[in-house]
Amino acid sequence: MLIRAFGWPEFWIIVYAARWTIALSAIAFIGGGIGGLVIALARVSDLQLPRLLATGFIRIFQGTPLLMQLFLVFFGMNIFGFAINPWIAATIALTLHASAFLGEIWRGCIEAIPPGQKEAATALGLRYFNRMRYVILPQAARIAVAPTVGFLVQLIKGTSLAAIIGFTELTRQGQIINNATFSPFLVFGTVAAVYFILCWPLSVLARRMELKFSRATAR
Amino acid sequence: MYNFNFEPVLAGFNQLLLGAWLTIQLSVGAMLIGLVVSIFCAWGKTSGPTPLRLVIDAYIEIIRNTPFLVQIFFIFFGLPSLGLRLSPNSAALFALVVNFGAYGTEIIRAGIESVQKGQVEAGTALGLSKVQIFRYIIMKPALRTVYPALTSQFIYLMLNTSVVSVISADDLAAAGNDLQSATFASFEVYITVTLIYLVMSIGFSALFSVIEKRAFKYPLSR
Repeated sequence: MLIRAFGWPEFWIIVYAARWTIALSAIAFIGGGIGGLVIALARVSDLQLPRLLATGFIRIFQGTPLLMQLFLVFFGMNIFGFAINPWIAATIALTLHASAFLGEIWRGCIEAIPPGQKEAATALGLRYFNRMRYVILPQAARIAVAPTVGFLVQLIKGTSLAAIIGFTELTRQGQIINNATFSPFLVFGTVAAVYFILCWPLSVLARRMELKFSRATAR
Repeated sequence: MYNFNFEPVLAGFNQLLLGAWLTIQLSVGAMLIGLVVSIFCAWGKTSGPTPLRLVIDAYIEIIRNTPFLVQIFFIFFGLPSLGLRLSPNSAALFALVVNFGAYGTEIIRAGIESVQKGQVEAGTALGLSKVQIFRYIIMKPALRTVYPALTSQFIYLMLNTSVVSVISADDLAAAGNDLQSATFASFEVYITVTLIYLVMSIGFSALFSVIEKRAFKYPLSR
């Protein structure tokens, strides 16, 4: 039989494919977290060169489609002599993408800390590293939590584009099942529902934290 | 060592420019229709009846918590089974409008809620006419509040349109795909396409900030 019916086995295949979406999101989020911290620090640096480079990096990644970023890494790997591998291409592209966005979010959080804090830390004899480590970043982190969780939702949704370069995660698995069963309504409905279950709690959490934070600072 | 070959890209450059023009048309079209949807939903959310409010809430949450790619697959492949068959281009426009509407609603609602009642009362006390109050006290501050969010949402929308190429709707990314499969100069084609997107997004944000400086100067110019 050529066309399979959409039943429970197909449903579970789609649900299980979510593990690749989660894995890809987690790797990109961790990689992007490290990259984003570097970008954010460079962006608020006193030196002009790192500031310029970080600004350019952010501009490029925020001003071009994620799909094109994925294509460029995917086809660019070939140029640098690597075999084309959707896994690695998706990981690199999403990590760079997340670095730019988190860098820009965290820059805002660092700049929100009153300059008096930096001056006081300097007056206490703290050098750059300790000033950032013990004074500025812990305070900025508090502001950063809510928008960072919000961006995580963006990132999880963004991983769906990896399907287009052939990485079999949730969306691609849906396409594959759809080609076999030809019940797009159920298949993509299921895929959407799984994304919703992944993203919605995070969205609610981000909103709650934002509200709590704005109440706490409103006084 | 890889030899870059930009000749086929230059030969097909007009094709890409046409694609860019289609992307702009698609984005502006989706934004304008999406704004109508947003204004309606923002009204429904702030002052509509409860059932309508719940439906709008569900719409916003579903759209904001699922990927655009899945939305477009659902609309293009899934809706025909309900008897709604759309061409790739109309499915693309429809998906973009539905997607923009959810984000736009929240932006417009924030704008409406930003105008305080006391401001309107102050305007009345100063003897301004209804039209003057609407124009200078409600519209201008509300627009000023929503303008930055709306323009960055537009840029985001424009970049998002690249996804419509997967259902073979016409846009810049699709023009890139065509050129790529005709020339096999994949990297060269996509780096050019990416640069065109970059130029468009930088161009639009420059244009928006010029408009902002002109239109929303303080004190309010007549």
